[in-house]
Amino acid sequence: MKCSEFLHELTDYLDGVMDSPTKAELEEHLAWCHNCYVVCDTTKKTIEIYRDSQLYELPENLRTRLRSAIVQKCQSRKKAGPA
Amino acid sequence: MGAIQPKVGEPVFDELALRNVFRIAQHITQNREDAEDVVQDAFFKAYSNLAQFQGQSKFYTWLVRIAVNEALMKLRRRRPERTVSLDEDVKTEDDSVPREVADWSPNPEQQYSQAELREILDKTIHGLPATFRTVFVLRDVEGLSTEETAEALELSIPAVKSRLLRARLQLRERLNKFFKKREKSNGAQKPSSGDSNQ
Repeated sequence: MKCSEFLHELTDYLDGVMDSPTKAELEEHLAWCHNCYVVCDTTKKTIEIYRDSQLYELPENLRTRLRSAIVQKCQSRKKAGPA
Repeated sequence: MGAIQPKVGEPVFDELALRNVFRIAQHITQNREDAEDVVQDAFFKAYSNLAQFQGQSKFYTWLVRIAVNEALMKLRRRRPERTVSLDEDVKTEDDSVPREVADWSPNPEQQYSQAELREILDKTIHGLPATFRTVFVLRDVEGLSTEETAEALELSIPAVKSRLLRARLQLRERLNKFFKKREKSNGAQKPSSGDSNQ
C-alpha cells in the first residue's frame, strides 16, 4: 500500500468503518511507515482535542435570552395566524 | 440526539439541541451575534414549518439543516465578494497531502491553559474554508453520523467523507505548528503568537 492510498482510507480507518482485510492492510502499512503513523496519530488527536474543547459553550444568560426570543417569535406568528 | 418531540405552534425545547445548534452556528459564522440570529431563525422556521417535516429524518437533523443554511446565508451576506456554497467546487487533490510530518508532544493540551488552548483551536478552525469547517463540526465536534451529516448538508456520503478528510488533515497541519515536539535545543518553549500564519 502506498502512502497516498493510506491517506485516502484514513477517514474510514479513524471512524472504524472498514472491512477487516482493508484494516489489516492499513495497519501493516502503519507498522513500517513512520510518517503515516504520525499523521494518523496526530489527526486522531486533532479530532479528540476539538471534541473535548467545549468551544462556544452557551452561557446560561444567553440560553435564557434565546429561549425567550424564540418563544416570542413563535407566539407573534401564532397571533398573526398563518401567512 | 433526536429526543425532541415537536408540537405545532408550541416550541418544545431540547436544551441539548439549543446548545448544539448555537455551537454549530457560531462555528460556521465565527460571530456571536450572527450565531444568536441563526439560532432564533432556525428554531422559529423549524417550528413554523412543522407541516413540512415529514418525519423521515430526525427532527434534530432537520433543525441542523435549517441552521446550517441560515448560517451560510449570513456568511454570504457578510462576504458578498466570495460566494460560500456547500455546492461550490472543492478542488485540489493535493491539499490533503500533509506537508509537515512531526510528532506531537504526548499531551499537547497540557502545554496550554484552557483559555490559550481555546484561542488556538478557535483561530485554527477559523482558517478553514466554510465548506470544510461545517462538515468537520457536524461530524467530529457534534458527533453526527456520516449519513446524518450528508442529510443535513444535502451532500452525498462520498462528498462528506472527502471534505471531512481534507478538513481533518488541514486542521492537523495547522495545529502542528503549536503542538509538535520541540527540538531539544529549543527546550520546552511555547511558540509565540507570531509563529502562527493563520
